Amino acid sequence: MSFVTGVGLTPYGRHEGSSSLDLMSKAAELAITDAGLKRHQIDGVLCGYSTVSPHIMLATVFAEHFGIRPAYAHAVQVGGATGLAMTMLAHHLVEAGVVQHVLVVAGENRLTGQSRDASILALAQVGDPHYEVPLGPTIPAYYGLVASRYMHEYGVTQEDLAEFAVLMRTHALWHPGAQFNDPITVADIMASKPVALPLKLLDCCPVSDGGAAFVVSREATSDMRVRVLGCAQAHTHQHVTAAPALSELGAEIAIARAKQQAGVGMSDVRYAAVYDSFTITLAMLLEDLGLAARGEAASRVRSGYFSRNGEMPLNTHGGLLSYGHCGVGGAMAHLVETHLQMTGRAGNRQVRDASIALLHGDGGVLSSHVSMFLERVR
Amino acid sequence: MSEQPMPDWTVGAEAIVYQCCAACGNLQYFRRSFCCICGAPDPVEKRANGQGTIYATSLVCRAATAETRAHVPYNIVLVDTEEGFRMMGHGSNDLCIGDKVKARFARFADRLIPYFERAV
Repeated sequence: MSFVTGVGLTPYGRHEGSSSLDLMSKAAELAITDAGLKRHQIDGVLCGYSTVSPHIMLATVFAEHFGIRPAYAHAVQVGGATGLAMTMLAHHLVEAGVVQHVLVVAGENRLTGQSRDASILALAQVGDPHYEVPLGPTIPAYYGLVASRYMHEYGVTQEDLAEFAVLMRTHALWHPGAQFNDPITVADIMASKPVALPLKLLDCCPVSDGGAAFVVSREATSDMRVRVLGCAQAHTHQHVTAAPALSELGAEIAIARAKQQAGVGMSDVRYAAVYDSFTITLAMLLEDLGLAARGEAASRVRSGYFSRNGEMPLNTHGGLLSYGHCGVGGAMAHLVETHLQMTGRAGNRQVRDASIALLHGDGGVLSSHVSMFLERVR
Repeated sequence: MSEQPMPDWTVGAEAIVYQCCAACGNLQYFRRSFCCICGAPDPVEKRANGQGTIYATSLVCRAATAETRAHVPYNIVLVDTEEGFRMMGHGSNDLCIGDKVKARFARFADRLIPYFERAV
């Protein structure tokens, strides 16, 4: 058994003068304190990567900087799925008895530490260096391709996609740490600058500075008992050129495996935390995961199903689209928010019941998937 | 590989080249020294006729380098080729999913690239 015993999250946006290590340290300190632990009790460290400050041994760079000497430490890289992949590994490490308390940490000064062009270029390198990158695609273009096909096959419109950006912004308005806190409408998204059509600026998550961390432990350290019920991955391809048909993407495979492992069904889920790098990502993943029928996720947004007081509250912190996206830490904020909701600490964002949560992360171009179920144990 | 690779657009030649496995018949576009389905060595290289059908499109309006910005907007397309593999290229800005297309070659940011136009 494993428990998420503590969480830490910085505000996302601009952290002028903070390095990736600074942001990682800040989040780590918050998470360890939240778990009621002392830093010397952390015997495992898993960290993500920093595109601003790449290093071949980031986990030990961090451990030295932070001042700990773990028994187990390394970095993990699966793009946007990294946060949940690290959580899955931490879960297995503590279950296997390798370590007692794993610190999962990521942070990056992606907004102020490099130019926006540099960020876009770094991320475009998930494409194939010979057959894709020379054509000048960007991450929004890879997802724009997927969006065009998805819209074609399932009759989804640009206005439908805009609903997801509005929902995430509506949620972000209630979180003081969110990068964006001015309300937006479908019309605003439709009128925003074209980036990689059909995706426009407000269909895309921002580039942010920020840090997130959590502690995964073998035993609960307080009465905030949030346990990993089950988790699974699926990796079907790396490059969009080599992606399978829309009906055969990895989210469906990962969720099926995770459900089996956790012994739960979608009807048990009370809260959802789903990767939302672009509006299309969220629309597709909700439908792939079975949280909406094909082509119907947007109408569920319109009916309030995914709102804070709806049947399936979703990304109540505002998601990548409005809380912000600082790389690996981006999607880790989804887990932090889930933990706050599950432990009744979400303040004015608190949902009625988050006793069982589904989390899903996606890396690359819908390439790598991790699904996870968490349960509040009373 | 036992044979010299056939030059294609990725090395500046006006050709689209794919590989065919002699053992299992699998077609692959990204060059490898083996078949990615059955593992058999030395897939046979073939030249594609450049014809296909548009699978997906995305019109890039925000590029990240000075060289690529000069071309904005440019349409990135995925094409299902007549031979049966999928590839990425550029295309006319008004292409739609399902359009039958044929490749020519164009210059983009100092490189030769496949550029698809509606077949007449």
